[in-house]
Amino acid sequence: MQELINRAKSLLESGEVSRVLGWRKGETDWDVEPAFFNSAEELSEFIYNGFCGANLSKYMIEASKLEGKTLVFLKPCDTYSFNQLCKEHRVDREKAYIIGVGCKGKLKIENIDAAGILEVRGAGYPDASEILTVKTLYGDREVSYKSAMLERCHVCKGKEHMVYDERMGESADTSDADRFAEVAKIEAMSPEEKFAFFQSELSKCIRCNACRNVCPACSCRKCVFDSTKFDSAQKANTTSFEEKMFHIIRAFHVAGRCTDCGECSRVCPQGIPLHLFNRKFIKDINALYGDYQAGADTDSKGPLTDFRLDDCEPSIVTKRG
Amino acid sequence: MQKIGVFVCHCGSNIAATVDVKKVVEMALLEQGVVHAEDYPYMCSEAGQSRIAAAIAEKGLTGIVVCSCSPRMHEATFRKAAERAGLNPYMVEIANIREHCSWIHKDMAEATEKATILMRAAVAKVHLNAPLQAGESMVTKRALVIGGGIAGIQTAIDIADAGYKVDIVEKTPSIGGRMSQLDKTFPTLDCSACILTPKMVEAAAHENITIHTYSEVEKVSGFVGNFTVDIRKKARYVDIAKCTGCGVCQEKCPSKKIPNEFNRGLNNRSAIYTPFAQAIPNVPVIDTTACIKFKTGKCGVCEKVCQAGAINYKQQDEIITENYGAIVVATGFDTIKLDQYGEYAYGQSKDVITSLELERVMNAAGPTKGHLERLSDGKAPKEIVFIQCVGSRCSDDRGKPYCSKICCMYTAKHAMLIRDKYPDTNVTVFYIDVRTPGKNFDEFYRRAVEDYGVNYIKGQVGKVIPQPDGSLLVQGVDLLDQKQILKKADMVVLATAIEPNTDVRKIATMLTASIDTNNFLTEAHPKLRPVESPTAGVFLSGVCQGPKDIPETVAQAGAAAVKVIGLLAKDKLKTNPCTAQSDELLCNGCSQCANVCPYGAITYETKLINDHGIREDRRVAVVNSALCQGCGACTVTCPSGAMDLKGFSNRQILAEVDAICR
Repeated sequence: MQELINRAKSLLESGEVSRVLGWRKGETDWDVEPAFFNSAEELSEFIYNGFCGANLSKYMIEASKLEGKTLVFLKPCDTYSFNQLCKEHRVDREKAYIIGVGCKGKLKIENIDAAGILEVRGAGYPDASEILTVKTLYGDREVSYKSAMLERCHVCKGKEHMVYDERMGESADTSDADRFAEVAKIEAMSPEEKFAFFQSELSKCIRCNACRNVCPACSCRKCVFDSTKFDSAQKANTTSFEEKMFHIIRAFHVAGRCTDCGECSRVCPQGIPLHLFNRKFIKDINALYGDYQAGADTDSKGPLTDFRLDDCEPSIVTKRG
Repeated sequence: MQKIGVFVCHCGSNIAATVDVKKVVEMALLEQGVVHAEDYPYMCSEAGQSRIAAAIAEKGLTGIVVCSCSPRMHEATFRKAAERAGLNPYMVEIANIREHCSWIHKDMAEATEKATILMRAAVAKVHLNAPLQAGESMVTKRALVIGGGIAGIQTAIDIADAGYKVDIVEKTPSIGGRMSQLDKTFPTLDCSACILTPKMVEAAAHENITIHTYSEVEKVSGFVGNFTVDIRKKARYVDIAKCTGCGVCQEKCPSKKIPNEFNRGLNNRSAIYTPFAQAIPNVPVIDTTACIKFKTGKCGVCEKVCQAGAINYKQQDEIITENYGAIVVATGFDTIKLDQYGEYAYGQSKDVITSLELERVMNAAGPTKGHLERLSDGKAPKEIVFIQCVGSRCSDDRGKPYCSKICCMYTAKHAMLIRDKYPDTNVTVFYIDVRTPGKNFDEFYRRAVEDYGVNYIKGQVGKVIPQPDGSLLVQGVDLLDQKQILKKADMVVLATAIEPNTDVRKIATMLTASIDTNNFLTEAHPKLRPVESPTAGVFLSGVCQGPKDIPETVAQAGAAAVKVIGLLAKDKLKTNPCTAQSDELLCNGCSQCANVCPYGAITYETKLINDHGIREDRRVAVVNSALCQGCGACTVTCPSGAMDLKGFSNRQILAEVDAICR
């Protein structure tokens, strides 16, 4: 971590970058938040550890409007979102100095809680270790690293950065699960079971908009749900399940553009597995139009906004059900 | 607040027999903003239109809803009527209570309820309608004909004769198409080449016609009056300007074992070839998959023997871009593949052939020089069985559900010609029905039966079994005598179903022209607009639209030409004012709309935007309304709802949905 700070300081001092976009401690040790650092002094608050799951790509939209370059730290999976935003002309590649920072899986506090480890005060960042040492009020505790990881790290897209100016630190591919296993499970349900599943999950939604606000694909200047141009803004709910429309529409809006960064599920205070919607779309897109990973590059055409003569015909819907 | 009039049409009994039109009028009067409602037996009639005009004048209507047939049918009629009465034509909405309601319902109460709902949706939309003004676009006075068969040639000649430039794009090395493969034509038995080749020559010599053979349409953009088309001129490896058509290269070419497509693979051709003697242009092409020079680098015989120095192994495909006002599809047909029809032993025995193969066998320029002989042993067949409807009128998915239309007649032709030329050969035809509507067609068929003694058996063949002695055992049924038939034959001819050329799907997609489940191009109206595609500026000629014989094809080709001439005669076209527009304040500048726009109507510019006091340079979408055709692809792609379609705005559509769900 100190190496990252030193490098950031030298880039700030040389004038190469005007500010640094990184992470700092929030209210608790495990509640890390994205932050801009404008000076070497401010960088003393910079941290990088297992709780730095936050994807900083989206903050580059605003940073692109500022004078000078912004140094941004991107983990391998974050670079997909950055590329996708470049492709959509939302961030300016020229305004970013990207340090591809190493990542060996990020942690989910709920998983640590679930292991009976309470009063967490921080976690080490073990190098190729299988055991995570968690600092707690009651001293160090240990838990298997894998069991503490975020869901998205179990389906890691790989250790390579898709875009960077320089790289620091080592990464590891932490994938150990089938990315579409959960989706396949839901696909196998009867319509009634599916409805019940989504009803139970989405009824938990409190419409805090955290998923939307964190999502790099949900970067509209004005979301349709906030726009007075449509009658949907500020409509009071009549049932607890009504927010399904918000989530379904959101899933449609990010289809073909979602990189599966998993931020939606990470930030959901209600623990709704929102990424499953997006992953269902990705699974279908892969099946219908060939394997596609949004953000793997900046010039390929999106599967849903591209048209090829060998595209599947609409009748595929009746055939597949 | 709009003052809306609702006009409910009976369409004679088409609507009124199933929908209680009085009730719909009653319900309309309860709708907010509806100040007038009435019903009339034929709203589209002169009297009906006058009633609309009168109501507009008397009640000061600002918008009208006509509950009638599909807007495809009469939207233009009612818009014109409203315009004459002083109302903006885009203040008219059609509620389709015929195709969408009365025709699909039997129960009057249900149909009336649905008609009421459709009326409500239209009223809800009219509340949000705004007057729109049509613009103008120029017409490029040049037509493109895709396909150089008889349909394409005739269409091109007719358009060219009217004084307009026409380009024919033909994918094979020569124009001529299927007709050039035929021997004689029914019902007059004149030789196909004798009537076709003069047309080919006429097209080639016409000052207004440019022929691109061995070429394919690669990309189509634009819209009616203003299409831009990329044409790939495939490398022939022979310079058209230099070649004299002497044919020495083909004689000397050492690679001579390539199945001859023109003769349906019944004999072989050389690697450098012209498909047939009367080919236009009479310039060969090199088949690089078979050419020794291209495969091994060693040969070059054709280059050495060519006196004109026309051979150029380094020639490359060339892509040319041309502008057209109208496009005619004349891509024709092929016979279906018979892989699924093992019972007829096609492919097992050389003596089981398709009718198109028989055409080549009977043709003097064909593989047997016109002698009717068995392809297995060259012996004259004494017993020939024709099997009709092979793959046509088929209820399972091996074949086609439609009637191929030409088979009854050409089978009668083949039978008659064989009996005439080889009186000692017996001819038997198995048929489901004999269909001979057409001028002099039934007389022709009866001649085959009565004068030439062709043996017609109503019934189908279950199996053709090749025998050890080289003959074929045909197992069939005679439905009239109700008995099984076992018949020995020397040759079996299959009247194979025809299907649209396989390329048509690709072409239809490029043209956004619709095709039906059998890949035939759909006409704008099956009865009233049979040669127009629903896509404006795209016209249909020949079998690509549906099975037809030569006289029908030529008639349709002429009709398509007339439609093209009518379009090209105009200097300007009225454009559809229902175009997209972007709300700069909502636009993300993400380019997704531009990616999906089929007309290239959306560009981006960076401009200073004042968003409620925040001034910043933003990349925003700009729609060129002259190019926009109002398809709406951008509006559904735009995640922020910045793109909206005039006349079909998101608000209008949601208002309709709300009205339906009320």
